[in-house]
Amino acid sequence: MKRTKIINRLVFSLGTVLAVLYAFPFFLVIVNSVKEKREIRNDPLSITLEPLWENFSEAIRRMDYWQSLINSIFITTFSVVAIIITSSLLAYYLARNNSRFSSITFVILVASMIVPFQALMIPFVGLFGSLGILSSQPSLVFFYVGFGVAMSTFLYHGFIKNIPFELDEAASIDGASSFMTFRKIIFPMLSPVTATVAIINALWIWNDYLLPSLVLVQDDRTLPLRTYVFYGTYTSDYGLAMAGLLISMIPIIIFYFMMQKRIIAGISAGAVK
Amino acid sequence: MASSTAKKIAAAKKFGIFALIPLAIFSIVLIVPFIRGIYFTFTDWDGFDYNNFVGFDNYAASLADEKFWAAIWLTFAYVAASLILVNVVAFGLALIVTLPLRGTTFLRTFFFVPNLIGGVILGLIWQFIFGQALPTISETFELPIFTENWLLSTETAFWSLVIVTVWQMSGYMMIIYITGLMSIEKDVLEAALIDGATGWRTLALIKIPLMAQAFTISLFLTLRNTFMAYDVNLALTGGGPYRTTELISMHVFKEAFGFGFFATGQSQAVLMFLMIAVAAITQVIISKRAEVQR
Repeated sequence: MKRTKIINRLVFSLGTVLAVLYAFPFFLVIVNSVKEKREIRNDPLSITLEPLWENFSEAIRRMDYWQSLINSIFITTFSVVAIIITSSLLAYYLARNNSRFSSITFVILVASMIVPFQALMIPFVGLFGSLGILSSQPSLVFFYVGFGVAMSTFLYHGFIKNIPFELDEAASIDGASSFMTFRKIIFPMLSPVTATVAIINALWIWNDYLLPSLVLVQDDRTLPLRTYVFYGTYTSDYGLAMAGLLISMIPIIIFYFMMQKRIIAGISAGAVK
Repeated sequence: MASSTAKKIAAAKKFGIFALIPLAIFSIVLIVPFIRGIYFTFTDWDGFDYNNFVGFDNYAASLADEKFWAAIWLTFAYVAASLILVNVVAFGLALIVTLPLRGTTFLRTFFFVPNLIGGVILGLIWQFIFGQALPTISETFELPIFTENWLLSTETAFWSLVIVTVWQMSGYMMIIYITGLMSIEKDVLEAALIDGATGWRTLALIKIPLMAQAFTISLFLTLRNTFMAYDVNLALTGGGPYRTTELISMHVFKEAFGFGFFATGQSQAVLMFLMIAVAAITQVIISKRAEVQR
């Protein structure tokens, strides 16, 4: 028993070393975000005694930070809500209709999950570009529903199948329409899956780069797109870039610490399905 | 007769309320571009219009493109290296943080947080680390390994991509492995202990087989995500030096939107889809078989 304890301690120390390694990039970003270029060149590890807060105000200005943050929040929230509504409705329909149409639709939805976005993006831009509906936030929300509905429907479907059909029947005998049954009885029971669906989609949409880079123009841009302005300025001003990257990361990290338990539970529930 | 018509109307109404809108959006956004995309690969499409059918010419041109082959081999190497390293590291981390000790929850947070941040931001952070921070630090402490900027030569740039991928994805896969480890029933482990099984034997003969499903899922997700990787590639190496670290995804993007070869770009994208489909299905079949055999 003693031996296992020692081994456990050793393994735990290894874990601590690894945790320090994992945190190292964040440490570098934080300490260098308030430094001058010359200081960074000389010693990227040092902690400065005269923080250069102007890096932050300049980064906020260059990224149009507040506007991009609002854009990101707006797009993520509306897309996630729309995905929850559409995919729970569709999943309920597919799970409760044992027709051939339902099973074929379900198979197509599942199969579509391995289609990479890259296989769609070229005709996608050709099609929607020529219709003139690219370059606006509502269309981006519409596209996210299209790309996100398959996996979310799949998650809901697995859960709804396990809800006894007798519940629906009882509601229908009491005179509830099928929509009322769904809204008042089924949907409230789905809240664990709804949490999973919300979290998985929110993380994806918040961080997505390729699709919004094809759809959005200037003022509508989200945080990840705006952060990319620092790609070119890199060689000229590291401190500014680090400040910009830091403020781009802060919102999602705050969100994580507020929702930590739910996020972890959401990911493990999503993976088991 | 009347009742069957009424039934049909009721069914149509249900379809209209529940399924019509989701399926319409899904079809417009995903199915239509997918089918049109395949159709266009057989034409001389220029992004807007086409005049002729060209048969398999676009595919022939794709396969004759040396840069495309280079991107394919590079992607295979990248997927293989990431698949192994991400999962070995993630499983190791899961074992560490499930030890019966205090402080493990705290460690979990450290391992998980990189995953929350998007590929572009991560790529930019690591560009600074490989390009500026590590060379300076190596000089100060006289470490031989990072004195050169790793992003400036092909081989080290490739490993930089892998390192960033492991750092980004291992925390997510760790959660899946933790879920797997926690799902093993305590009685089974106690029985093994009574039978005299030691740590390693319990791990190899009991834990791993009982959580095989976690491996299936984690391998599948790693495979899919690394095959499609774009953001980190873009922000870390940008394909350089001299287009030698372009993964398939970036190659397709440049072919179409950079050089304007929409039809060949799209046929390369279709080939990419086929590769992912074959790899993913093969992996799932192999893993499922391994799951059943236990």
